[in-house]
Amino acid sequence: MSEESLSDLAEHVQENTGGAVISYELDKGELVLNAKRESIEPLLQYLRDDRECYFKTLIDLCGVDFPDREERFEVVYLLLSVSLNQRIRVKVSTTEDIAVPSVTDVYSAAGWYEREAWDLYGIMFDGNPDLRRILTDYGFEGHPLRKDFPLTGYVELRYDNELKRVVYEPVKLTQDFRRFDFLSPWEGLTDMQLPGDEKVVKPAYGYRDVHKEVLASEKKAGGAK
Amino acid sequence: MSSQAAENVVLSEETQIRPFTMNFGPQHPAAHGVLRLVLEMDGEVVERADPHIGLLHRGTEKLIEYKTYTQAVPYFDRLDYVSPMNQEHAFALATEKLLGITVPERAQVIRVLFSELTRILNHMLNITTFALDVGAITPALWGFEEREKGMEFYDRVCGARIHSNYIRPGGVRYDMPAGLAVDMYEWADNTVLKVVDDLDTLLTNNRIFKQRTVDVGTVTKSQALDWGFTGVMLRGSDVAWDIRKAEPYEIYDELDFDVPIGKTGDCYARYLLRMEEMRQSASIMKQCLERLREGPVMVDDHKIAPPSRAEMKHSMEALIHHFKLYTEGYHVPAGETYAAVEAPKGEFGVYLVSDGSNKPYRCRIRAPGFAHLQGMDFMSKGQMLADTVTIIGSMDIVFGEIDR
Repeated sequence: MSEESLSDLAEHVQENTGGAVISYELDKGELVLNAKRESIEPLLQYLRDDRECYFKTLIDLCGVDFPDREERFEVVYLLLSVSLNQRIRVKVSTTEDIAVPSVTDVYSAAGWYEREAWDLYGIMFDGNPDLRRILTDYGFEGHPLRKDFPLTGYVELRYDNELKRVVYEPVKLTQDFRRFDFLSPWEGLTDMQLPGDEKVVKPAYGYRDVHKEVLASEKKAGGAK
Repeated sequence: MSSQAAENVVLSEETQIRPFTMNFGPQHPAAHGVLRLVLEMDGEVVERADPHIGLLHRGTEKLIEYKTYTQAVPYFDRLDYVSPMNQEHAFALATEKLLGITVPERAQVIRVLFSELTRILNHMLNITTFALDVGAITPALWGFEEREKGMEFYDRVCGARIHSNYIRPGGVRYDMPAGLAVDMYEWADNTVLKVVDDLDTLLTNNRIFKQRTVDVGTVTKSQALDWGFTGVMLRGSDVAWDIRKAEPYEIYDELDFDVPIGKTGDCYARYLLRMEEMRQSASIMKQCLERLREGPVMVDDHKIAPPSRAEMKHSMEALIHHFKLYTEGYHVPAGETYAAVEAPKGEFGVYLVSDGSNKPYRCRIRAPGFAHLQGMDFMSKGQMLADTVTIIGSMDIVFGEIDR
């Protein structure tokens, strides 16, 4: 679809949903609507049934974690209209404590996707009839896709020959997990202006920022334990 | 079928019975992997099916967040291990969209060629094991031999039968070795079609096969859309939707092929579609091989594509590029995108969020099988126990991609 018709569609939706859409973005030929969390269900219902939208299929629903933001989680809905051949992304933001209204009544497919977002991110969905864990182990603790959950996890399991059953133990690594940042100190000198180098555009992501971030995340992960 | 018979039985209060709960899998040859299905049965009739998944969960999405873009590619082979290249393709398309690059013509043709080869191999596995589930052994014996020949092409182009790591962001890793194109043409033109025809004579009009599949696991058009079905599961229910036609990527808009549509939405319709798709894919392979012209198979940018070995031997700059690419990797501009391909099982998509560093900030994998398996409950309600096996077989599920 052309950029023009997509922005027409965005304006059409924005006009007819009474403030449910906060803003919209057009990037690389893809349309993204930023929506209000409380009105996600009527908005998706509108997108499904309106004759200019006809987004009858929920292709995907997933969470994204941005720990630095005030509302750390983003829930992304990817919709597809088979009859009009168009796609759209709808985003809402939420926190660990605030539940997002479930859209299982609008799209049956949302059931498992919401379970997965709950399982991996701890995003709560209000109204989902079956919000159990889905991918992780029975009795698993924590939400592994959060940025402050360590890659190695907290427990490992093995078969105990004496107890004749599988036992859980804290993770013991013979070697610490190594995280290389590979950014050379030369590239890291981004926050200074060298004489005669005024024309060079400074890279947005420098060694020092990364280093600070790594230290901060390590602190956080340590605190979570 | 016999759900009506079950309803007609008059139950007095003393004979009220609790539905019988049964465990199907996770170790069962017809579960196609590690599916644990908790079935509530009323006699021989399924009342509720609750799939328990996650037994093969490896945290792929989490792992990818800690790897560079190049290191992320092999994880895609290990999702749906029956159609590895299609998945690499989706990841490559998403990364290329963020990088803003176009791959050379020859690389595009090779990608489509191998995507279609993979489709044949995938359907060959599905149809034969599906037939095995409903009681026919011969198709598996015949089909697997041909499948092995197809996998030899994988082997010859990238050195591995399954985990190819071949389609990379920027193109494909190696050019095709001499003689491969000729052998592939012969295979697509002749050998594989013979086997497809053989399977056809074994199954299509087979009385037992039809008794087991016709009107079993029927999905209506609105159900298929509502439950997020894609690929054969959607087309079997009379919806003309194929990403290769609707949102053509690479060279698909220049190729001549048909997309078969099923009218009945049952397991038999899905079987017929897969048979026809194999023939169409063979035709696409031939068209690709005819279009194959000399040229580069990777973008000419050493910030993304590694320099050749020979170049590294005499150019210091090439050596530096190589070192940088295989340690730090390349940085992808900040942004987000969604790219999808028509994988053999349905729409396989990658939703990629980049923060401008050398690792994906978030790499969401949209697996078609996940949505299909979710429909297990409504598809098997009121069907016989043996029919759940048929339904699982016709959904074409592979646990690598469902559990991720």
